[in-house]
Amino acid sequence: MTWIVFGVVVVVAIWAIVLYNRLIGLRNQVLNGWRQIDVQLKRRHDLIPNLVNTVRGAMEFERDTLTQVMEARARAVSATGPADAARKEGELSQALGRLFAVAENYPTLRANDNVKMLQEELTSTENKVGFARQFYNDIATSFNTAQQTFPSNMFASMLGFTPAELFEISDAAERHVPAVDLSMRK
Amino acid sequence: MCVFTAFLLFLGYGFDRFYIGDGEFLHPFGTLAAFAVGSVSAFSSYYSGDRAVLFSAGAVPIDRALSAASTEADTLKLRQLDNVVEEMSIAAGLPKPKVYVVPDPDPNAFATGRDADHASIAVTRGLLDAVTRDELQGVVAHELSHVRNLDIRLMTVIAAMVGTMALLSDWTGRGLRRGSGVGGSRRGRNKDKGGGAIILLVIWIVAILLAPLVGQMLAMMVSRRREYLADASGAELTRNPLALARALEKIEHAHAPTVAVKRGTAHLCIADPLGRAVGQRQGWVPDLLASHPPMATRITALRQMGFQA
Repeated sequence: MTWIVFGVVVVVAIWAIVLYNRLIGLRNQVLNGWRQIDVQLKRRHDLIPNLVNTVRGAMEFERDTLTQVMEARARAVSATGPADAARKEGELSQALGRLFAVAENYPTLRANDNVKMLQEELTSTENKVGFARQFYNDIATSFNTAQQTFPSNMFASMLGFTPAELFEISDAAERHVPAVDLSMRK
Repeated sequence: MCVFTAFLLFLGYGFDRFYIGDGEFLHPFGTLAAFAVGSVSAFSSYYSGDRAVLFSAGAVPIDRALSAASTEADTLKLRQLDNVVEEMSIAAGLPKPKVYVVPDPDPNAFATGRDADHASIAVTRGLLDAVTRDELQGVVAHELSHVRNLDIRLMTVIAAMVGTMALLSDWTGRGLRRGSGVGGSRRGRNKDKGGGAIILLVIWIVAILLAPLVGQMLAMMVSRRREYLADASGAELTRNPLALARALEKIEHAHAPTVAVKRGTAHLCIADPLGRAVGQRQGWVPDLLASHPPMATRITALRQMGFQA
């Protein structure tokens, strides 16, 4: 009889160890995923001055748009805290969007291969920021699910795991689709 | 996989019982020997197979392709490919695989490598010329999903099992011709109930003769299932199943045999590189023998994911 109890205890202990290791692995991936977003955002900060310099000569009449982009970048670099950073990065994205839209008005710019390459790099950077956020949300969801399903939910909080927060838009205005004005205004 | 393993164990059990065992102890020498030989060849391909596949396809690393690029449009497309692969590896949370370009005008792509740390993705010139950035992203996501779901490892294990089955079948064939092996079991059979053992022997002989064919069919079935899984996992990465559906349509439309990819690696590609007509039709023959599911079914499944079918 004692052998059966002993066996059950051993099985439960092994299961608890496996669960703990799995949750540790997921939590570390969640932390890494959050930092990866920062990696991509920094890359964007470094790339923007290049873009502005490349197009500045051809787009003399759009000085306002270019200045807005550089100022938004400066604000984003000096942001304090995650909520502030999220808002400022959003503003930078909007400024870049306006720049892309306005650049459509310049046929010489469109044909310029350097600009196309740089536009591709910036498009890719925006995509990477987006995918980094997507991965963070996916891995945070896996982590939360692993903690909350039965029978793990009985032990997860005992072992010291808390559900992770998903990345979300803090500013409701960002949920609106940005208006793209391609009219020729000179 | 369970069906596979059960079938293999059945063959091995029969082999050892009727050829080697003396009825009381089951010496699994036959099964183990066949498994060892079958595994050695399959697992050596596991470790060096990706280099062999890339070499045989004439794949060029993307750095070399970029430095050899002649036009700006070419350079832009190669940069887009590189960026797309990096974006997808970020979305999957995996290290970025090595990127290769295959100089074949037919649009196709394949992934190889035993796990995420040692993976490579190759794309043909034809694919780069045919699809837009979004569609290329869908194709790359599909290939990266093959790596993520460890399909290469799975197909290697299955290749080992198919090899084992082929060996057991071969050895049995030799034994039947010589006639001595079956006689050796008669001494043992006195200890069994006579009728049951004979029926088992007959079933087993039929199975062993059909083993190579059955093994191949099971391997192809696994390959087709994993193709659907890679489509779905790729759509999960991009969150854009319609782009992959459009890419598959373009690939199917332009599809001539991809000569650069040899027969042994056909199952790694996104579309059947051998251009066999059997894959295009429905019915039970292609259901059994094709390494890829019919393109129309794949496209429909993707459109359903995008709520457009």
